[in-house]
Amino acid sequence: MSKPEVAIVGIGIHPFGRTPEKTGQEQGVYAVRKALKDAGVEWKDIQFAFGGSQAAGAADTMVSKLGLTGLQFINVANGCATGGSALFSAYNTIASGAFDLGIAVGYDKHERGAFRVNTRSHGLGDWYGKQGLALTTQFFGMKINRYMEKHGISHNTLAKISAKAFRNAEHNQNAWRRQPFSEEQILESEMLSYPLTKFMFCSPAEGGVALILARADQAHKYTDTPIYLNAAVVRSRRWGSFEVMAPWIALDDAAGPTVDTSQAAFEMAGIGPEDIDVAQLQDTEVGAEIMHMAENGFCEHGEQERMIQQGETEIGGKLPVNTDGGCLANGEPVGASGLRQVYENVLQLRGAAGKRQVPNDPSVAYTHVYGAPGISGVTILSK
Amino acid sequence: MGEKVPIEEGLFTWPSDEPKLIGSECQDCGAIVFPAQSGCPRCTSDNTQSKELGTRGSLWTWTIQGFPPKSPPFIGEVENFEPFGVGYVEIHDQVKVETRLTVAEKEKLSIGMEMELTFVPLYVDEDGNEVITFAFAPVAG
Repeated sequence: MSKPEVAIVGIGIHPFGRTPEKTGQEQGVYAVRKALKDAGVEWKDIQFAFGGSQAAGAADTMVSKLGLTGLQFINVANGCATGGSALFSAYNTIASGAFDLGIAVGYDKHERGAFRVNTRSHGLGDWYGKQGLALTTQFFGMKINRYMEKHGISHNTLAKISAKAFRNAEHNQNAWRRQPFSEEQILESEMLSYPLTKFMFCSPAEGGVALILARADQAHKYTDTPIYLNAAVVRSRRWGSFEVMAPWIALDDAAGPTVDTSQAAFEMAGIGPEDIDVAQLQDTEVGAEIMHMAENGFCEHGEQERMIQQGETEIGGKLPVNTDGGCLANGEPVGASGLRQVYENVLQLRGAAGKRQVPNDPSVAYTHVYGAPGISGVTILSK
Repeated sequence: MGEKVPIEEGLFTWPSDEPKLIGSECQDCGAIVFPAQSGCPRCTSDNTQSKELGTRGSLWTWTIQGFPPKSPPFIGEVENFEPFGVGYVEIHDQVKVETRLTVAEKEKLSIGMEMELTFVPLYVDEDGNEVITFAFAPVAG
């Protein structure tokens, strides 16, 4: 393992789901105050911030509620990788030596139903949305449909992923959907985008997460349980990959950005997939979790069928995946979602995850996000 | 009044006895994309020219849109929404194009099946014109 330069010394979260009485920004501020308390520092100690939301305004306006201290605050907007990009930027700001203590924060508040896509902001013509093609849900249906045929994944395995998510979330007080569903209920719910049913999709939601980062060699000033950030990587798509919001795909086939991001992160950390004890993988729907297991290097394509049927990604399994219920049970407030994964891994590595704690004292953890128009972010954490 | 008009100029040849999708081809590396654009995403060249695409291909993957998309941007029927097929058709030796499909029953769709270009009415605009868009249909037989 490479020598870490940056540590996470404080974490804060506002519960995910629906909070009608609070704006998105208020949920972000709540998360920041929790994180400050966790690290035992004050807002005036924070030297810099990277923050973002997709649908709830500019993050730097938070200073009007947290304190006008003059800190460097940079807004981040990078689709579903907004949180991951804020963390990546904060990591590099400390690793470069520019500052010693900073914060990465993300929050959001989306309207109900599937994401409403602004095609022009994606560089696409109005025709694309007008004729009903600008839906992330269609991409997910089409990607897993082809994958199931090519690699032998069953409909029952799809249902098992959702069932696991809701079961794990039952023990997560910050999760949105905490009621377990049977595999039958999941398979029989409304078919939204074949082969994916309603209970196989996550929903846009609300929530906020904040993480306080410090130089690794100063981390013990703030906490007895620093969690080190061994890698933070963001990559975009290459020629030939199959991505969301794509009116066309090249004739050549290429792996998606997740593969590049994952390989770069493992190289940066100096370890391999076999060293990971717990993973949070982007599960905007069940197919994504399945395909991302292989794209992140945790198995061969097709091997997921056996692994999931045998429970290897359950909390007590060989590689627990999405221990807090993932996007499926937490919903996806875009700005906060990637940081929620890191929050969960910090809890798991501290041994503070309560009834959903991964057994045998996990020491290395992995997060992965994916989003439009073909970006991915990965972190590797250790204690 | 009552004319057939394309959903967007430049997306396909219209009016035409045999309309075709209009993509672009990089004059340096041969990469083809759809719709036409300046700049090649494979080799970074800015030397691209528009190209009429082939009308046949194989179904690369598919799904069925089971709920009404949010409107806007969607402009089709929402209240009496009818599910529609969506897929990528690999136009032989050219490019995979995302498209509406003329069928929406899973029993009638399979990866690899031969498809051909067709044109379908999407909605009637405020001037009474029938707005036309492209779709792919299974090849009969």
